Amino acid sequence: MTLNMGPQHPSTHGVLRVALELDGETVLAARPIMGYLHTGMEKQAEYKTYTQSIPQTDRMDYLAPMSNNLAFCLAVEKLVGIEPPPRVQAIRVLLTELTRVASHCVWLGTHALDIGAMTVFFYCFREREKILTMYDQVCGARLTASYFRVGGLAADIPAGLLERARRFVDEMPAHIDEYEALLTKNPIWLARTRGVAPLSARDAIALGATGPMLRGSGVKWDLRKAQPYSGYDTYDFEVPVGASGDAFDRYQVRVEEMRQATRIADQAIRRLEEIGPGDYRLRDYKYVLPPKEQVKTSMEALIHHFKIVAHGFFPPRGEAYHAIEAPKGELGFYFVSDGTPRPWRMKVRSPSFVNLQCLSTMVHGRLVADVITAIGSLDIVLGEIDR
Amino acid sequence: MTALAPERVAERLRERFPGVTFHRQAGEAVRDFTLLVPAESLVEVCVFLRDDPELDFAMLSWIAGVDWLPREPRFEVVYGLLSLSRAFRLNLKVQAGGENPRVPTVSGVWPTADWHERETWDFYGIEFTGHPDLRRILLPEDWVGWPLRKDSPLGYEEVAFTHNMPQRVKPAPALTKLKPRKVRYRAQ
Repeated sequence: MTLNMGPQHPSTHGVLRVALELDGETVLAARPIMGYLHTGMEKQAEYKTYTQSIPQTDRMDYLAPMSNNLAFCLAVEKLVGIEPPPRVQAIRVLLTELTRVASHCVWLGTHALDIGAMTVFFYCFREREKILTMYDQVCGARLTASYFRVGGLAADIPAGLLERARRFVDEMPAHIDEYEALLTKNPIWLARTRGVAPLSARDAIALGATGPMLRGSGVKWDLRKAQPYSGYDTYDFEVPVGASGDAFDRYQVRVEEMRQATRIADQAIRRLEEIGPGDYRLRDYKYVLPPKEQVKTSMEALIHHFKIVAHGFFPPRGEAYHAIEAPKGELGFYFVSDGTPRPWRMKVRSPSFVNLQCLSTMVHGRLVADVITAIGSLDIVLGEIDR
Repeated sequence: MTALAPERVAERLRERFPGVTFHRQAGEAVRDFTLLVPAESLVEVCVFLRDDPELDFAMLSWIAGVDWLPREPRFEVVYGLLSLSRAFRLNLKVQAGGENPRVPTVSGVWPTADWHERETWDFYGIEFTGHPDLRRILLPEDWVGWPLRKDSPLGYEEVAFTHNMPQRVKPAPALTKLKPRKVRYRAQ
């Protein structure tokens, strides 16, 4: 029998459709069908300047907009050959780690909701709301942040943000304990996740899985450690790995990642308090907008401002790929530049797209109910898959 | 393990494939280590890169198509390889020309290439010969054209409905044909 699951099914996390080949209740094959959210972002980027594409990236993985901004900006910075000042890097690390917590909160809440534990959802969204309020404070938007810019940030962090982040980081470990108290030893949760949707390390590597999917299968691979960016090599944190690669292992890896993300955020806050106020973008006015005060007084600054706003900056001819460890895995941008202010080609390597390919391996020969668990523990966002 | 130097990778490849020329891409700002490989030897090079214990490119991270219209050969396919044990990235490039470009599939080497190749086929119409299931993946099955090719225009395309299906096959009007509408202002 062929059963169509989605694209409007709440447990497919968006507009994912899965064609299930069934024998009774046993899954013989699962073919994901996607593209319902395809908006041609890669094509559109070829008609926009680099800065104009930043708002597009928010809409890819809409649960982790700051991570997308960071991956985009780092790739362009690599292409151009600039590096933002340490204060900017610390702000970026703080915000992307908070994003990781927020993204994992949504994942945990919805995953538990799919399996039947409703309370966790409310708890997780309570904490996520606090992070979204911080987004609101820094950039005025709760979801579509567009806060990072090539060479820096759109604006300086507002007063009071660090205190708020400090309060959050201090109380978050206790909240994670709360989630764990609800789930980790819960017999229903264990029955629904342990041994379900397994993925061996070999399969995970062959299928290109990254992030918690790969680490849940026992491969210790984290781009923040392996190919550090934004100064991650100077932060102190652990990379959790699972053992058997089932849904429960991935659950434990992600929960531990929330703790580690809180730890990194704590270090970033301390670093920012030490540095104090300072520049929030690079003083390289070929690529970065000069400060507004200078634009009003200095001729050069006015010219630079005008040129960057009017037609964008000119990167050198060439190409660059840069990847970051986004909440869902390796998020990379590949740029081909022909020397004009618009990219000749922008390719997005989105983690959800690649991770979803593991689905049929994970559910082969299992029950339909396990497909729900498998999709939940994949942690996919369809905006990023379809782009 | 010690860090892998790009020169070492090139050296290993030249030792193993003396008859194949690996052209290293160098330019003003080619930031990654990139090798141009002839399409006919792509698969054996990939198998070697994956299985060689020193290089160990166990993962294929991404595949991207690039259209270089009006240059010939027009298309490039870029393979982002990743060695987990050496924390090293290598970009392989192959070129393909003509209206119906063809590149051998690597989905037998890395199963993850399956969807990446389907995506490249979907956007560029680059055929991956030997691919087990080359269908559109993100666009609708009945879509006409290859949207990421440079001669495929952006915008001003008619929205697809069932009643206008035959018209959709026509090329979209050129941008120059769209004249600004005359707006008449009434006296206030």
